[in-house]
Amino acid sequence: MLTKRIIPCLDVKDGRVVKGTQFRNHRDVGDILELAQRYADEGADELVFYDITASSDGRVVDKSWIGKIAQLINIPFCVAGGIRSIEDARIILNDGADKISVNSPALERPDFITELSETFGTQCIVVGIDSREENGAYKVYQYTGDEHKTIKSKFDTVEWAQKVERLGAGEIVLNCMNNDGMRQGYDLKQLTKVQEAITIPLIASGGAGHEENFLDVFKNTKISGALAASVFHSRQIAIPELKLYLKNHNIEMRLTH
Amino acid sequence: MPSQPTIAIIDSGCANIASVFYALKRLGHEGTLTSDKDVIKNANRVILPGVGTARAAMKQLHERDLVNTIQNLTQPVMGICLGMQLLFQHSEELDTDLLNIIPANIVKFNKDIDIVPHMGWNNVSLKTSSPVFNKIPDESYFYFVHSYLAPVGDYTIGECTYGNKFSAIVNRDNFYGCQFHPERSGEVGATILQNFIEGGL
Repeated sequence: MLTKRIIPCLDVKDGRVVKGTQFRNHRDVGDILELAQRYADEGADELVFYDITASSDGRVVDKSWIGKIAQLINIPFCVAGGIRSIEDARIILNDGADKISVNSPALERPDFITELSETFGTQCIVVGIDSREENGAYKVYQYTGDEHKTIKSKFDTVEWAQKVERLGAGEIVLNCMNNDGMRQGYDLKQLTKVQEAITIPLIASGGAGHEENFLDVFKNTKISGALAASVFHSRQIAIPELKLYLKNHNIEMRLTH
Repeated sequence: MPSQPTIAIIDSGCANIASVFYALKRLGHEGTLTSDKDVIKNANRVILPGVGTARAAMKQLHERDLVNTIQNLTQPVMGICLGMQLLFQHSEELDTDLLNIIPANIVKFNKDIDIVPHMGWNNVSLKTSSPVFNKIPDESYFYFVHSYLAPVGDYTIGECTYGNKFSAIVNRDNFYGCQFHPERSGEVGATILQNFIEGGL
């Protein structure tokens, strides 16, 4: 059986891993390579590295660490942040990243998704969606890396998710902004709504605080994986224990310990 | 075989070549990224990586005039992911003719499956004994990413299930293929690569 994936997300700023609450007040949580190795050793199924400043500053993600990660770890990883051209993507994939994730640049120019997937294959093109619930509707936000530049896009979340699938995305990471950093659980309602509207894998992001939150999202939705950052960085949740707990609750898991 | 075998990684212009190269490096082996026929012919081991579409990869192999060279290799060859699919006869993906080393066709996942690509870790049942399975526990998890598949046939030596059963590892004569990414499949993936490089195939 295909397992559910546990995906630590490492927000990268100036070559360090940082984490803030609801995208703000970033604080340093460690060295990229050390954390990557630790998560690979602990049984993480995949890693996401996200340069949280790149997209809104109009500069591309600092790439020197990507090759080092590729040399170091033997699990897949995805790089996100400010990828604006085929050439940006090519450099990152050639350095050894398995996937690239685009967000704001895809909202600016949706055809970019098609160009990427036709060049590199659907399987390595992830689209990140930052979504906020407003009066019962889900709206896609843009430039969320910088609170001063964050704007509401013209897209409804479900509509945008379907569009990116049509355009050639191989996977969607849905960050539910209302829940992000709150540690109150994933947004099951929104995740269900989006997964039911698409046929590519959906990864949940935003809201993990306790082991039960992972069980809830895997038991009650059809999503493929759950992403989290602070609960792993702080060691509040240890990945081997989390995976064992989920396995014991009949969630398909890859155990390495 | 010498203690440091020569390993040619065929440069098909695809994107996962660095991760294959680094995976060999972690095992203490140096791969040579090449599209040079002589380097490929003379290597102890040949790896055919590949991501992207079958059509784009075959176009690259034709442009580099490597189709005949690969078909006639006699040393152990391993195709990875799309590289495995290229060993077959034909792919439904953009109606593409492949290398025709294994006489069967690559097809799409069944329409009844809710979510495609098949992306993530899935367990593989070992169907035969093979030197590449040395120290690989049956039902180990490997990392897959694909939208097309090789059906189960007499060439299938490892089998996976997503909706239906399909080929996870294939072997015909000196040609091997993994639908998953051994270079990204943790310890067991590294062991498969090590068996392929160092084993008595």
